[in-house]
Amino acid sequence: MTDVADKALVEFHNVNFSLSGTNIITDLNLTVERGETLVLLGESGCGKTTTLKMVNRLFEPSAGEVRVEGKTTIAWDPIALRRRIGYVIQEGGLFPHFTIARNVGLVPALAGWSQKRIDDRVRELLSLVGLDPKRFADRYPRELSGGQRQRVGVARALAADPPLLLLDEPFGALDPLTRASLQREFADLTTRLSKTAILVTHDVREALILARRIGLMHKGRLPLLVTPEEFLASDHPQVRAYIETLELKGADH
Amino acid sequence: MSFWQFLQLNWSELLLLVRQHVVLVFISILIAVVIGVPTGVLLTRYRALRGPVLGLANVMQTIPSLALFGFLIPLPFIGGIGTRTALVALVLYSLLPIIRNTVTGILGVDPNVREAAVAMGMTSSQVLRQVELPLAMGVIVTGIRVATVIAVGVTTIAAAVGAGGLGVYIFRGLRQYDNNLLLAGALSAAALALAADFFLGWLQLQFSFETKRSDSRSTVLKLALAAGVLILVVGGLIFLRDRDPSKSGGQARVSVGSKDFTESALLAEIAAQMLEARGVSVERRFELGGNLPHEAMVSGTLDLYPEYTGTSYTAILHHTPISDPRAVYDQVKQEYATRFNVEVSPPLGFENTFAILVRGEEARRLNLKTISDAARQTPRWRAGFGQDFMSRADGYPGFSKTYGLRFAEVREMDLSLTYIALSSRQVDLVAGNSTEGRIATLDLFQLADDRRYFPPYEAVYLVRQDSLTRVPALHEVMAKLANGISTDEMRRLNYEIDGNKRDPKEVVKEWLAKRGF
Repeated sequence: MTDVADKALVEFHNVNFSLSGTNIITDLNLTVERGETLVLLGESGCGKTTTLKMVNRLFEPSAGEVRVEGKTTIAWDPIALRRRIGYVIQEGGLFPHFTIARNVGLVPALAGWSQKRIDDRVRELLSLVGLDPKRFADRYPRELSGGQRQRVGVARALAADPPLLLLDEPFGALDPLTRASLQREFADLTTRLSKTAILVTHDVREALILARRIGLMHKGRLPLLVTPEEFLASDHPQVRAYIETLELKGADH
Repeated sequence: MSFWQFLQLNWSELLLLVRQHVVLVFISILIAVVIGVPTGVLLTRYRALRGPVLGLANVMQTIPSLALFGFLIPLPFIGGIGTRTALVALVLYSLLPIIRNTVTGILGVDPNVREAAVAMGMTSSQVLRQVELPLAMGVIVTGIRVATVIAVGVTTIAAAVGAGGLGVYIFRGLRQYDNNLLLAGALSAAALALAADFFLGWLQLQFSFETKRSDSRSTVLKLALAAGVLILVVGGLIFLRDRDPSKSGGQARVSVGSKDFTESALLAEIAAQMLEARGVSVERRFELGGNLPHEAMVSGTLDLYPEYTGTSYTAILHHTPISDPRAVYDQVKQEYATRFNVEVSPPLGFENTFAILVRGEEARRLNLKTISDAARQTPRWRAGFGQDFMSRADGYPGFSKTYGLRFAEVREMDLSLTYIALSSRQVDLVAGNSTEGRIATLDLFQLADDRRYFPPYEAVYLVRQDSLTRVPALHEVMAKLANGISTDEMRRLNYEIDGNKRDPKEVVKEWLAKRGF
C-alpha cells in the first residue's frame, strides 16, 4: 500500500449513485485524509447526505467504489465497518427508551465490553462533552434540551473511540447561541482527539468554522474542494451566493 | 329469589365459571401473542405479505363467532367439542388486532432512530429486539388489550361448544328466562373485561417511553411484580382446575353429554350420578348446542347423551316422520348400530313431544279429552304457537289439516311464554312440550293426540358400543332406567329446575335416593 493511500482514510473513486433511475451522485472523486475535518456544503437534495451514507454503507454505490481504510465498503462486513465509524445526526438520533448512559454506552455494549468499563467510559465521555455524569446519566432523552441531546449524540459517536466520525447536520436544529458554542467545542474536540470527521451542512458559517477543507456539492457533483481561505476567495457562482448570505447576515447584526 | 340470594347459593359455581373464563382468555391471548407478534414482525420485513395476511386475519374476525365454532367442530385435531375448539376460535379472533398493531407499531418507529441504530452497527435482530420492539411495545400492548377485551366477550359463546366459562350462565339464563343467571353471567363477563382492560392499560403506560422519566427506574420492579401476580393468579387457576376430581384419571372414565335444555341436562345428570355411584369417574359435557352432542359422540369425544327417538329419526337419519313409536325406535336402533356403532338404550318411559294444551278448568267445563273434542271450539279460540312449531315438518300445517282445525287467531310467540299466555287467558290453546313442568303447576290440560299426528319422541340414552364394552356399569345403569321415568315425574323434575330454580345436581340426587337407584 502506498504512502498516499495510507494517509487517506476514506476514498471515493468515480462513484455514481442512482435511485430508481434518477442520478443522485454523479462521478464523485474524493479523498479524506486522516485527522482532517471535511465539510460537505450544499443545499437540500444536492446529494451530500447520500455521500455520507455511502461511507458507512447505509447506501452502496451504483458504480465506482468507496474505500474505508483502503478496503471497499462492499468488502467490509457492514456491522464491523459501522462499529468503527461514529455517526451523529440531527437531534442526535438518540433512543428515546434508553437512559443517557445506555445511549452513550451502546456501541461498547454491542462490542461486548464489561459493564465496569462501559460505566467508566460513559462518565469520561459525558464529562468530555460538558455534561455532568451524576446529573445526566440516568435521565431519558426527552428530559434534555436540544443542545444537551446533541452533546449526548456526539458522546455516543465517540464511545468506542472510532477513527472516523460522520455528522449529518448535527447542529441544524439548535438555536444560534447553542449552535455557536457547540461548534467551537466540537472543533476543539476533534483537534484534541485527532479524529477524522466528515460533516454535512447547509450552513456556510459552520463550514468555515469547522472545516479544514470544504467540499461544495451541487446537483450530485463536487465542483469545488478547497480550504476555507480558498473558498472565500473563489469566484464560483455558488460560492459567491453563499458568501452573499453571510454578508447579509453580518449586516443584520 | 333475589340476585343477592342467588349469588349466595351459587357463588362456588360462579367462581368455577369465572375461572374457566379467565383461563380460556389467558391461554388464547398467550397463544395469539406468540403467533401474532412474530407474524407482525415478518410483515414489516416482507411488504408483499402484508395485504394478504392482514386481509385473512380481517376475514377471520368478520366470521360470526357461533359460525366459526360450527366450522371448527368437524375438523380433525383442532376441532371437536370442548376447550381445544374454543381456544382455536379465540386465537383466530385475537390475531388481527395483535398482528395489525405489531405492524403499525414497528413501522411507526421514528426512521431517524432506526437509521441511527443501523449506523451504530446493530445487527438486524439487535435493531428489532433493542429498538423496534421496545419502541413499538406501547402500540403492541394496545393491540393485546383490544384482543383481550374481544376475547372476554367471545369466550361467552364458547359455552356452546362445551368449553365452559360464563357463557354457561348466559345461555342457561336465556333458555330459562332467569334474570339472575343472565345477570350473574353478563355482569361477571363485563367485570372481567373491565379488569383486563384496566390492567393492560396500566401495562401499556409502563411501556410508553413518552412518560419515561428518570424516576421510573422502578418500572422494571413494577412490571416484575405485575407479571408475578398474573402468573400466580392464572397458574393457581390452572392448578386448581387440574385438581378437579372429575378430571383425575380414575379406573373407568365416561364422558356424559347433554343438549342445551333443562330436561336433557337433567337426564344426563341422572346417568352421571348413577355411574359415579358405581365408581365410574364422569366428565360432564353438558348444554351443548344444536347437533353437537351427536357429532361429538360419533367422533368419540362423548360416550353417552340423552336423545329423543323422533329427533334421531328425522334430524339425524333424515327420514319422513311416522307415528308408530315401535317402528321409529327399531329403525333408529338398527341404523345407529350399523352407521355409528352407537347403542340405543331401552326407552326411559316418557315422551317429550308437542303437547296440545288448554286450561284445565276449560277442559273440565267443556269435557274435553282429545284434540278432536276441541275442534268444535277452536273457531272461537285464539292459538299461541312457538316459532319452531309453526315452521317444522311435523308442526302446525299438518296438525291443523289432520284435525281440520280453524282458529279465530293464530299468534306466533316464544315457546316458553305460551304457557303463561294460556293460563292468563291471552290465548286459549297452545302447543307446548309434554314434559314442561308448568303444565301441572299452572293447571293446564294436555289433549290426547287421538289421530296420532305427532311422531313419537321417546326419551332414550345413546351410548357408544365401545364404551359399553369398556365400562360394564353402563349396562347396569341403562337397564335400571328402562321405563324408569314417567311423564309426570319428568314434569316435576323439570319444574324443580325451571320453576323453583333449584340446583339440578341436588334435584337428581334427591330423586335417585327416593327411587332407590
